[in-house]
Amino acid sequence: MKILEFINDNLDLIYILILSIFIGVEVIKNIPAVLHTPLMSGANALSGVVIVGAILVMLQADPTDYVALTLGFFAVVLGILNVVGGFVVTDRMLQMFKKKKS
Amino acid sequence: MTITLSIIYLIASITFIFGLKMLGHPETAKKGNLIAGSGMGLAIVGTIFLNNSHVPTFVYGLILAAIAIGSIIGWLIAVKVEMTKMPELVSLFNGFGGASATIIGLVEFSKNIGDVMQTTTTMAAIIIGSITFSGSIIAWAKLNGTMNGLIRLPKYNLINNLVILGLIVFGAYMVWTGSDSQILLYALLLGALIYGVLFVIPIGGADMPVVISLLNSLTGIAAAITGILYTNMVMLVGGILVGSAGLILTVAMCKAMNRSLTSVIFGAFGGGDAVASGTKSELGEIKSSTASDVAILMNYSQRVIFVPGYGLAVAQAQHAIHELEQLLESKGVEVKYAIHPVAGRMPGHMNVLLAESNVDYDKLAEMDDVNPEFKNTDVVFVVGANDVVNPAAHNDPSSPIYGMPILEVADAKQIIVNKRTMNPGYAGIENELFYNQKTAMLFGDAKKTIQALISEIKNM
Repeated sequence: MKILEFINDNLDLIYILILSIFIGVEVIKNIPAVLHTPLMSGANALSGVVIVGAILVMLQADPTDYVALTLGFFAVVLGILNVVGGFVVTDRMLQMFKKKKS
Repeated sequence: MTITLSIIYLIASITFIFGLKMLGHPETAKKGNLIAGSGMGLAIVGTIFLNNSHVPTFVYGLILAAIAIGSIIGWLIAVKVEMTKMPELVSLFNGFGGASATIIGLVEFSKNIGDVMQTTTTMAAIIIGSITFSGSIIAWAKLNGTMNGLIRLPKYNLINNLVILGLIVFGAYMVWTGSDSQILLYALLLGALIYGVLFVIPIGGADMPVVISLLNSLTGIAAAITGILYTNMVMLVGGILVGSAGLILTVAMCKAMNRSLTSVIFGAFGGGDAVASGTKSELGEIKSSTASDVAILMNYSQRVIFVPGYGLAVAQAQHAIHELEQLLESKGVEVKYAIHPVAGRMPGHMNVLLAESNVDYDKLAEMDDVNPEFKNTDVVFVVGANDVVNPAAHNDPSSPIYGMPILEVADAKQIIVNKRTMNPGYAGIENELFYNQKTAMLFGDAKKTIQALISEIKNM
């Protein structure tokens, strides 16, 4: 059976996948509504981790393959935009919460 | 991959988990964001410099240039954006992430032909990435008003389901045949982009935040899939975390609005026919008031509660209402804000907006805490809120918002409602509260009305 073989070959990956799903669920359970907006924005920044793949595209591309390099370039720009913009704006929002507490 | 890089990825994955956990608690949220951010920075720097592949210098130059450009643009947008525009911004950034995943899939496609596992992941990355991209861009356009209203094709649910099914079959066919056709690849891309548009256009109004959250979760999944493609642990862990956390957050938002996820996606209401709850004659007369009357009323009250809503956010009246609050407090009136969990343009948004205008944290009261206090309140001032104060949620089982927790403003001695017009709120239903004996309507734009109140009170 190909499927069983596949599961056996990728057992580590499957374990990580399942455990990560549970961690994600546990970590977010019971958060107050006050934090929904910053949390959404923070999680959004985190999804920018796709940038790592974009960098790998450029690193692994044949240096003469301009199509791959150009596409990779755009992927890096878009990915880092997601990361930097997301974290900075979340910080800005949370800064406001902090300010009024003191 | 070097051992150092593996360890860096491990550390980054741990910072993601802790960061996300800390983001869920008010005291640690800011630190959590910083921790996750530094983990991300570490992973990015590590990926660039610790890959022991032989890469010409100019490629490094290109990567660093791309990072510099993206960082500067992202930083500028994030620093300049108005807090009322938060839903659009999250949506836009999310779209960028989706686009990035799509591009990765497109480049990797030709490298992996013949490998069933790898082509499956590339297909999935392209499909999910481009759905989030086009969906987020449409959501962004709708939220900033470029694209108005709901566009519903006849039988849109059926069409949408057929399109997504078609995409899956198409993707599976390409994997099965081991096709290397670029034309088919771009056809698949186009199809997924179209699906993203079809998915978001029928959804409107207050359901948009739910869609953004759902799309956010999808971007995480797209990132995780690209992680599988490279057997890259940090992408896998980060992506799945966002995917599952995003889904839980989406469900939490739906709960706060008393909506089910399926009814948001398949649009049980939120446009189209307004559900009539009783005829106008049954509801009685509307009383309308003037700024000077309301100013006098507030000035001589002991306890006033503000109920800010979507209308306040749209009119950007968060600073004006803070000024009114300070003015009343200086006259010895006790002022509080009652915050419904879904007040504003997205859940939790009102807290951010009022925080921005320096409203004291202690003045913001959450729904459950403030509800018993309304009966001891002289004046409740409802600004641009409608459904969150609609008694139909309690006493009309036929109402679409029946069962939603609301702010019990009807318990107060006097209710002043500021609205632009008598148009019903997002749910499209009449609000009995406006016809209540104790209610007076104060029509007008939230910001202008509040400013008028301020100058009236100052002249007293």
